[in-house]
Amino acid sequence: MSAEGHDHGQDHEHEHHHKDTFITKYIFSIDHKMIAKQYLITGIIMGVIGVTMSLLFRMQLAWPEESFKIFNILLGDKWAPDGVMTNDIYLSLVTIHGTIMVFFVLTAGLSGTFSNLLIPLQIGARDMASGFMNMISYWLFFLSSVIMICSLFIESGPANAGWTIYPPLSALPQSISGSGLGMTLWLVSMAIFIASSLMGSLNYVVTVINLRTKGMSMTRLPLTIWAFFVTAIIGIVSFPVLLSAALLLIFDRSFGTSFFLSDIYLAGEVLHYQGGSPVLFEHLFWFLGHPEVYIVILPALGITSEIIATNSRKPIFGYRAMIMSIIAIAFLSTIVWGHHMFISGMNPFLGSVFTFTTLLIAIPSAVKAFNYITTLWKGNLQLNPAMLFSIGLVSTFITGGLTGIILGDSTLDINVHDTYFVVAHFHLVMGISALYGMFAGVYHWFPRMFGRMLNKNLGYVHFWVTAICAYGVFFPMHFIGLAGLPRRYYTNTNFPLFDDLQNVNVLITTFALIGGVFQLVFLYNFFSSIFYGKKSVQNPWKSNTLEWTAPVEHIHGNWPGEIPHVHRWPYDYSNPAHEEDFVPQTVPMKEGEVVLHH
Amino acid sequence: MTSLLIIIVLVLLAVALWQLTKIFDLTQVGSTSDDSQVATDDDNNVQGYLMFGFLAFIYIFTIYGVFAWGPLVLHTPASEHGSLIDSLMNITWVLIFIVQAVTQVLLHYFSFKYRGRKDQKALYFADNNKLEAIWSIIPAVVLAGLILYGLYAWTNIMFVDEDEDTIVVELYAQQFKWTARYAGADNVLGKANVRLIEGVNTLGVDLSDPYAQDDIIVSELHIPKGKKVHFKMRSQDVLHSAYFPHFRAQMNCVPGMVTEFAFTPIYTTEEYQAMPYMIDKVANINALRAKKSIELVAKGETALDPYTFDYLLLCNKICGASHYNMQMKVIVDTPEDYKKWLSDKATLVSEVKAANATQEPVEGGVKSDSTQSKDTVAVDKIAMK
Repeated sequence: MSAEGHDHGQDHEHEHHHKDTFITKYIFSIDHKMIAKQYLITGIIMGVIGVTMSLLFRMQLAWPEESFKIFNILLGDKWAPDGVMTNDIYLSLVTIHGTIMVFFVLTAGLSGTFSNLLIPLQIGARDMASGFMNMISYWLFFLSSVIMICSLFIESGPANAGWTIYPPLSALPQSISGSGLGMTLWLVSMAIFIASSLMGSLNYVVTVINLRTKGMSMTRLPLTIWAFFVTAIIGIVSFPVLLSAALLLIFDRSFGTSFFLSDIYLAGEVLHYQGGSPVLFEHLFWFLGHPEVYIVILPALGITSEIIATNSRKPIFGYRAMIMSIIAIAFLSTIVWGHHMFISGMNPFLGSVFTFTTLLIAIPSAVKAFNYITTLWKGNLQLNPAMLFSIGLVSTFITGGLTGIILGDSTLDINVHDTYFVVAHFHLVMGISALYGMFAGVYHWFPRMFGRMLNKNLGYVHFWVTAICAYGVFFPMHFIGLAGLPRRYYTNTNFPLFDDLQNVNVLITTFALIGGVFQLVFLYNFFSSIFYGKKSVQNPWKSNTLEWTAPVEHIHGNWPGEIPHVHRWPYDYSNPAHEEDFVPQTVPMKEGEVVLHH
Repeated sequence: MTSLLIIIVLVLLAVALWQLTKIFDLTQVGSTSDDSQVATDDDNNVQGYLMFGFLAFIYIFTIYGVFAWGPLVLHTPASEHGSLIDSLMNITWVLIFIVQAVTQVLLHYFSFKYRGRKDQKALYFADNNKLEAIWSIIPAVVLAGLILYGLYAWTNIMFVDEDEDTIVVELYAQQFKWTARYAGADNVLGKANVRLIEGVNTLGVDLSDPYAQDDIIVSELHIPKGKKVHFKMRSQDVLHSAYFPHFRAQMNCVPGMVTEFAFTPIYTTEEYQAMPYMIDKVANINALRAKKSIELVAKGETALDPYTFDYLLLCNKICGASHYNMQMKVIVDTPEDYKKWLSDKATLVSEVKAANATQEPVEGGVKSDSTQSKDTVAVDKIAMK
């Protein structure tokens, strides 16, 4: 690995004189730092769309009979005549909100941004193993985003069979309006997205294995890199399975095969499908779908580990245990998909097996949570906005994770399956937590990306309002779920039984609207700081990792001279053998200095 | 009006934001004008206290939630296995509350207690195998207990003994309604397939099957108290999920296969309606409905009917545009009432014969198809309001 480092070092003089045009620098860039920024900004735009959708359908749920002009303006006369949302578009909003947030924001926006930015910088590499493939990966992601957005504007409406697109609903245009062209575009968009994700993941894995600088052994990697590395492996293992499910679904839809369909009588006629099973699709979907939530949360946990250690001015507690738990979570995540299917009609014996494997995940998760808390203990906490979001992540990860013990238990799942209890659980444990991880990463590495600082006071306001609203939205949802309220209902007015839940729904929507609007604070801070933020110093957070040894101004190849060598692990904060409370990885070990960390 | 309200809300939010930023700015007065955008000791102090305040918020919000919304959640289970589920649920809740209470205190209290100061240095504490062993082993032991109890309950609930004396009922799902088929005197359902749907035989029952001769089709589900009911579920078109919240029962209906779930109801509808908690709940719902009715009448619309409790079967798997209105009334009768109710019903075979007698068979088939699609259109129209 050191050989590569040196080779690149010698090449470097040539690269420096290479003139970039606007197009090669800002658009078809092969520089990982520019690609990271492209991912981030695309992710933010998709995030704005996804969150806005959720606010619209939350308004519908809180005030189902009211007419809102904003519905008519945003959705048009067809989908919101007189300002009242139709049931078709309600389901479309729910479906596309889920798709955008899970894949486009929290997978591409989070992993794409920070894996690209940090992998080369933190392991001491000039760039990704293949810059060209990296560029293709981003542009495929961009293309899939464009197709997904285009599907919002077609006449029959966007896909609306839920983000899990279970057939036959997603396969038969007669069964729901969005399963015509809308679903076709959804499937095409996702197929391209998967190709993009695979190229990105392969690049990350190869880069981490091959391009580490001299001295950067696997047990000296920052936990961010460990998280990105393992996440990429899960992606490579599971995304192709979703691709195959999507392809088979395309076959069923367009070429008359019967992989997932059988014995269907719809709109007055018997369809020809025979012998397929929707349960097969559920298996294939969740074989990706469950690891996907770890693809979303692990990078956020990696970012949190790094930020909590840096801002506590303390080593991360239990570095090796953290690596082991990342690997354990990754492994277990691929053998628990059946807990989404306890009552799908599969053999109940399988349910027992999946209950067992699912509840095991609580052990490495508990280890991680306790290790974070212990890292804070007797620290010297620098409560920067990034640190607040990291602490917030640990809080929501615990609150949301604990209810997983209920949903992962097949017996208890019987009665809360597909209710708002599930919605509350996964939004806290992977939605909000991963968003916090993303925000924490942006606040922490913004100086590294743009050479300027984000305004901290706006950051504080952003965090506190978001933190209160996140609990305000998702905590009450547990109760309406336990009252038996199913998710994906356009309105609950047809069930007088649920009339007493309406006030809670209004409260949830109020919190959602406040929280949603306050994200504008972040957007303002982000975009204005790119141009007018205070200029950053080289290492503003006094961090140990390699990215802060590179100059503030971005250059091709990251370091002007030779790539720095690494002499120690990344968490030597407040090491008593040293004067300063941080010891960058490039500082050689003192004579007689003891390796304390494991 | 609404746009005016929205504008007012936005303006107020902007003012609130400006004020909040000012508060944070003021906290830095007196400190050397540091605009590095890195947290100072003053920031750490303010944010540390806010962390402590946030802990209070989580606690107060939780306690408020338990009192304000706790009464809304499903109460006494109406099925035999329901108490098994509920007791496992309660044990799990106790564990969750303990872990949540302790970890959130530690997390936020440490964030407050160890807020940074320039003149202090953190403890260099990287590892402790004993501690890590403790918080791996304790969760493992606790989870092992939960898993064992869970698997015991799951096995009891899900595996139906074929020799057991049960009543076999088919639940038939289609966009967007439920139908039930009783197996009749032989307690065996006749074969069925959607390819056999024709005329009044809307479930596609194989009329030549001897077991089908006494099958009865109804649109309101009646089941007797104290007798195990073995539901066999089919779907005609897309995935549906048969969800009986009060009986703690749920199973998906999958086109192309038969799924099953069995439970024993233990309270008749009347008994359940008379429970003190249900009387309170219904009174509360009716108070809310009365309030809403006044508004509706003021707008010139019709008032809402008062609500009486009935068990319900809901669809709990997204199944199309009108998924939100796919339900069936479930009535638990005393065994005598149940027998009486069922004996009044005509068998499918006799209904088919009657239909054939009045119409040409071919015409009958076409007509039924068109009413079917009209039904769907009607449901859609209701959905569109």
